[in-house]
Amino acid sequence: MEHAVETTLTVNGVRVTRRIAPRVHLVDFLRDELGLTGSHIGCEHGVCGACTVRVNGEIVRGCLMLAVQADGCTVETIEGLSDSKELEGLQRAFHEHNALQCGFCTPGMLLAAQDLVRSGAKPSRDEIRAHISGNYCRCTGYQAIVDAIEETIHGKG
Amino acid sequence: MKAPAFAYAKAKSLAEAFALLERPGARILAGGQSLIPSLNMRLASPELLVDIAGLKDLRGIDLRPGVLRIGALATHAEIERSDQVSKYAPLLAQAVPHIAHPAIRNRGTLGGSLALADPAAEYPACALALNATIVLVHRRGERRVPASKFFKGLFDTDIRPGEIVAGAEFPSVERSVFLELTRRHGDYAIVGLAGVADASGRRIAYLGVGATPVFAENASRAVSLNAALEVLGRDLQPAADLYHSSATKLHLAKVLLSRAWNTLSKPH
Repeated sequence: MEHAVETTLTVNGVRVTRRIAPRVHLVDFLRDELGLTGSHIGCEHGVCGACTVRVNGEIVRGCLMLAVQADGCTVETIEGLSDSKELEGLQRAFHEHNALQCGFCTPGMLLAAQDLVRSGAKPSRDEIRAHISGNYCRCTGYQAIVDAIEETIHGKG
Repeated sequence: MKAPAFAYAKAKSLAEAFALLERPGARILAGGQSLIPSLNMRLASPELLVDIAGLKDLRGIDLRPGVLRIGALATHAEIERSDQVSKYAPLLAQAVPHIAHPAIRNRGTLGGSLALADPAAEYPACALALNATIVLVHRRGERRVPASKFFKGLFDTDIRPGEIVAGAEFPSVERSVFLELTRRHGDYAIVGLAGVADASGRRIAYLGVGATPVFAENASRAVSLNAALEVLGRDLQPAADLYHSSATKLHLAKVLLSRAWNTLSKPH
C-alpha cells in the first residue's frame, strides 16, 4: 500500500496530474517534480517558514503538508505570484528597504506578508511582527522587513 | 529530514475511515501540523495514514442548547475567525492566537490537538477549564467523554482503538481569560492558564505544568487571590524542563494566576 497515489492539483494556474509517493512533502514535489525551486526548504519541521506556499488561498507550510493531501487543491508559489505581479508592491518595498540579505527566507516572508496585505487589515508594527512570527530571517533582524510591510500597507508616511 | 515511507488513503466516509483504521499500523491524519513534523523527525512510523480531512460530518461550528459544538476538523484559523466562538466560547478565541503561527493555524485542527493531548497545547487546558465534552465516534455509534476524564497521561487520552474524535462541546461561559508565557511568539508555553468564571464559580486549568493539562481545584475554589496563591502548590507540582526548574514554573503559574484573578472575580 506504499504505492504512489494519483494526485491532481493546480499549480500557478496549470493543472498537473502525477503519481506521487505519500511521503513526499508538497514543497519537495513543487521543487523536485515541477522545478519550482523558489519555495525553499529550511528546517523541514514547520519552524522556519521558508517553505510557505498558498493552498486554496491560505498560506501553509509546504513541509507540513503531503503532496497527496493537495489533491484537488489550488497551489500558488512565489513564481506564480511574482509573474502575476500580485507581489509587485511588496517586492519593490523589500528592495528599497534592504529587507533581505541572503534572500533565503524572502519567498516565504513575501507570502506571509502578502497574506496580511490582502486581508485588508491596518496592522500595527506589533501585529505585523506577530503575523510574520513564523518566518525566520537570520540576516536582517526583521526591522527592515517590518518597515517594508508597513510601507506597503500604510503608504510612505 | 524526510518522512519515512507509509501508505496513504483518503477516507470518503466515516464508515470507510473505520474500516481503514482496522488495518495494521494505521493512524489518522487530519491537519497534520503535529503528525507530519513527527514523521519528518522520524519519531513516528505509521504504516498507513488515513486522511479524514474530507469528512464533512466532522466539520462545522454549531450552537446547540447551552453548548457550542465544534467539529474536529475545524481549523485553528476557523475558530479564530468565528463570531460564534468569540461570543459563546471566548476562552477559545483568546487561546487561538497563542497557537503557533498563521500558516500552521490554517491547517491544524481542534480534533488533532485534543487527540494528540500535548500537555503544552492550548485546547486541552481550555477543554478542562470549560469542562467540555469530547465526542468520539466509532462503528456502532458515539461515546461522550468529559474533558476531566479524557486526558489520561503524556500524549495519552481515553480514545479507544477504532474511535475518531468527532468534535467537542464547550459550555457557554462568558467570563474567561487565557494567558501564556513563552520565550517567543508561537513557541510552546513555559506555562499557561485557561480560566473561566460564572455563577457556579471559577474554573482554572494550567498547561505546560505536567503530563496532562491540570485543573487547579484548590486555587479555583479559593476566596481570595492570596488564598489561591497559597494553595496553588497543592494543585501543581510542575516537572522541570530543560530551561526552567519546578520552582520557576510554579512561580510563573502564580504570576499568571495574579494576572487572571480580577477577570475571574465578580465585580465589586
